[in-house]
Amino acid sequence: MRHFIFAALLVAALTVLGILGLEQARLLPEQASLQAVGIDWLFSLHFKVIAFLFALIVGFMLYSIFVFRRREGDTTDGDHIEGNTSLEVLWTVVPLGVVLYFSFLGAQVLGDVERIDPLALEVDVIGSQWAWRFEYPDYDVVSTTLVLPVDQQAVLRLSSTDVIHSFWVPEFRVKQDVLPGDENMIRDLRVTPTEVGEYTVRCAELCGTQHAYMTAPVVVVQEDEFQTWLEEQAAAIPEDPVERGRLWAEQNACLTCHSIDGSKLVGPTWLNVYGSQEIMEDGSTVIVDDAYIYESIREPALRIVEGYPPAMVPGLGENLSDEQIADIIAFIKSLKE
Amino acid sequence: MAIFSLGLFTGLLYQIVGTLVGMGLVMLIRLLMGIPVWNPEPVWVVGMLFGTLAFMVGTGSVDDWFKWAKGEPTTDEHHSDPRLTGLKKYLALSFDHKVIGIQYGLWALVMITVAGSFALTFRTELAAPDLQFLQPDLYNTFMSLHGIVMIMGILLGVAAMSNYLVPLMIGASDMAFPRLNAFAFWLNVPSGIILLSSIFFGGFDTGWTGYPPLSDQAPLGMQMFFIGVYIFGLSSILGSLNILVTIFRMRAPGMILFRMPVFVWTALATSIISLTATQLIGLSFQMVMFQRLFGMGFFRPEVGGNVILFQHLFWFYSHPAVYVFILTGLGVISELLPVFVRKPLFGYRWVALSSLAIALVGFFVWAHHMFASGMETYLRVPFMFSTLLVAVPTGIKFFSWVGTMWRGKMTFQTPMLFVLGGISVFLLGGLSGPPNGTVATDLHLHDTYWIVGHFHATMFGGFVFPFFAAIYYWFPKMTGRMYNEKFGKLHFWLMLPAFYVQSLGQMQVGLLGMRRRIADYDVALGISASQMAITIAGFVIAVSVGIFFLNLLDSAKRGEVAEANPWNSRSPEWQLPSPVPEHNYADHPFEVLGEPYDYGLVGSVYTSLDPVPEPSATD
Ligand code: HEC
Ligand SMILES: [Cu+2]
Ligand SMILES: [Cu+2]
Repeated sequence: MRHFIFAALLVAALTVLGILGLEQARLLPEQASLQAVGIDWLFSLHFKVIAFLFALIVGFMLYSIFVFRRREGDTTDGDHIEGNTSLEVLWTVVPLGVVLYFSFLGAQVLGDVERIDPLALEVDVIGSQWAWRFEYPDYDVVSTTLVLPVDQQAVLRLSSTDVIHSFWVPEFRVKQDVLPGDENMIRDLRVTPTEVGEYTVRCAELCGTQHAYMTAPVVVVQEDEFQTWLEEQAAAIPEDPVERGRLWAEQNACLTCHSIDGSKLVGPTWLNVYGSQEIMEDGSTVIVDDAYIYESIREPALRIVEGYPPAMVPGLGENLSDEQIADIIAFIKSLKE
Repeated sequence: MAIFSLGLFTGLLYQIVGTLVGMGLVMLIRLLMGIPVWNPEPVWVVGMLFGTLAFMVGTGSVDDWFKWAKGEPTTDEHHSDPRLTGLKKYLALSFDHKVIGIQYGLWALVMITVAGSFALTFRTELAAPDLQFLQPDLYNTFMSLHGIVMIMGILLGVAAMSNYLVPLMIGASDMAFPRLNAFAFWLNVPSGIILLSSIFFGGFDTGWTGYPPLSDQAPLGMQMFFIGVYIFGLSSILGSLNILVTIFRMRAPGMILFRMPVFVWTALATSIISLTATQLIGLSFQMVMFQRLFGMGFFRPEVGGNVILFQHLFWFYSHPAVYVFILTGLGVISELLPVFVRKPLFGYRWVALSSLAIALVGFFVWAHHMFASGMETYLRVPFMFSTLLVAVPTGIKFFSWVGTMWRGKMTFQTPMLFVLGGISVFLLGGLSGPPNGTVATDLHLHDTYWIVGHFHATMFGGFVFPFFAAIYYWFPKMTGRMYNEKFGKLHFWLMLPAFYVQSLGQMQVGLLGMRRRIADYDVALGISASQMAITIAGFVIAVSVGIFFLNLLDSAKRGEVAEANPWNSRSPEWQLPSPVPEHNYADHPFEVLGEPYDYGLVGSVYTSLDPVPEPSATD
């Protein structure tokens, strides 16, 4: 019994040390959403339980190691203790209760995280290898920066044009995979930003070569600033087709694979490409003209440029109108040196 | 050419020829069909499959079956050539479960070393932000290969231990199906080669999870990954079938299930998992293979396929698979602990049955890998409950170990150090699980380095530390010689603290925003110093494993000759001379009279084995 009390004291001391240590350590990024509040609360509960259980097992282990270990010259065996059924039942039933309670808490916090605000701001988030686009359907605004008003729930409707991506802003805590497919595969993620500031959305699901760089800025602003920003965006569509083309190319992730300065990325550069002659994978040659560019965007698999992977997916061009493609063609045409 | 008399080299020669034949065949068919003769994907895939078949024929592992089919007699001889000694014995075909066990072990160490060196390569890249020397595609290939090759290495290590130990521990003379055993082992060689060859086919950038649509687009290396894993899975299924039949049919008189050494219980639990779940990962990979080869659309959204379906199939195996790794390791811990504390295993039946309970619950938790995947949201809460339930039988193990240690007269030879270290590391791994298990916190943790830290802790604590403990502990049984205790301890004292730095560091950077599987990270996250520490710790682990290898190589040749039962263990294998005679207990039937772990009970016996056989000359 005396041993047991000492060991229990050791466990208590280790638990306190563990909890204090975990409180000192830098463990979570800034908390910037309503959803993060409940999640962080659950985290801190988890951390305390972890500290206690680690101390419990390790404390008893250390005590046995140092106090009961074999003394020099002793060759006898230990006590013949085969087990103890009440203890076994105890340490089956108590943990069972604890995990059920934890699951219950987990379900409760999840309920808070998923809580729906019917007035939520709708944003369509489209992931493509390897860029994000944000569309505000109620305002006809398209952007490569996610701008959100503070203290208002936003429902992000996530979809992908190619492979699986995942939307994650560490400061908001919540994460949701972004799936390719029809409307049934659109997934909702709800966040209510609570801190004005600048963050980054980081793609969390491996999506190919440039996955590490599939990020986009997130800006949380006051409501009035948000309205001003929306108005600016609506007015910001350029008159010049070339500039418009540039905008469409930026928004549709084209420039993550096509450079405009001659360097080779995943796809061929657009510099000087218009009017040039190219060899295709099947050996034929092509003069890059309007019709060919149009086809490359609408049906990329039809002809593949020699030396490049068939990395363009049809989904990319689907949401571009013929007018927008015409702008992109104008933009490509303008890239000459 | 003498070396071509060894199964391994004949096999490799056959494999090359077989691959060429397979490739030629596809090209011929394409020619006859009037389509372009060269299309790398089908040509190489069929070539690789033919190469595997040819390898198996080349090693001679199917000879006896052919003879039976033709009605010709075969001998009961274990070895293709009984005169072989030393390492050569392990490069040749043998039906002896002890040789096969060691073959598995050696191949496991090769694979683990290869996978570890991939890790060191990309850890070097990650030591500092920005890209230093690994381009993203190569980074992705190394990262992906590190994962899958390590998994194979671990499964090979599991097979090594069960093959070597199960027959010895239950008093059998060999496995139930010795030829199938050899066949299952040799499948792993072409499987490993094909998998590693993916580097030369453009690699693959999907991680070991191979999720489509990414895996549908990846280079040809992806197919090599699929084929390698597929063949490997076949080997697991055959191997586990063999273990199960051996346990159920080959026990010595008196060896009732509840008197088996507790390691055998874990082998039973893991074999049930491997036998029943492996098909699903095989199937999921086969479906993507067929998508790529024949244009089928199972997971292709454009034609109505569903990308989530793949993940369900994949995790239905791949979650239980982690229990295959750790249950085996936990079995080693439970087996060794009583020997070194000289006390009975606390609550033997509870420990034994908790393995089955973990295996059973393990089948109902797979979707916890998919909380953020976009599966039906109503599935999240039930899977949270089932996932956290795993903590209960796992807790029983920890508490029983503590009960075993309490008042025990512990000594601290190298195997025991690895057991104790393993318990603490597995505890860290286990306790970092529940935050991933509760959905809300997992939404932050999923796909971050927290997960990387968590599963490395479970793998190291649940497999790597116990595997090292097992190698040191049974080294005298396998070789008849002792390892060097000083280097063994050095290995441990380097590896344990380094591992804690690595794993805690990974968990911390994950919480702070470090995503999994990225070649480069943002300085703004403020994690650069931790990344450097993780890399340094990784290299310290590598150095300690280097010391382990030198110790083994040197001790196998020059080590002190071991006593018959250096650990004073009650387990039947230690009642035989070391190394064990070729047919184990064949001429020396033994009987089980008492309980396995009655340390400290005067006059108790576990087994009676009479008369003690002579050490075999060839072993
Ligand atoms: C994932 C990388 C990727 C993205 C994103 C991408 N492309 Fe491409 N693109 C390629 C590759 C690779 C090729 C060359 C292979 C081929 O012909 O399909 C290519 C070819 C082209 C070509 C033909 C170029 C030539 O030299 O013949 C055009 C035009 C084109 N893309 C336009 C676009 C537009 C417009 C977008 C944005 C809507 C876009 N691409 C987005 C990878 C990409
Ligand atoms: Cu990504
Ligand atoms: Cu799992």
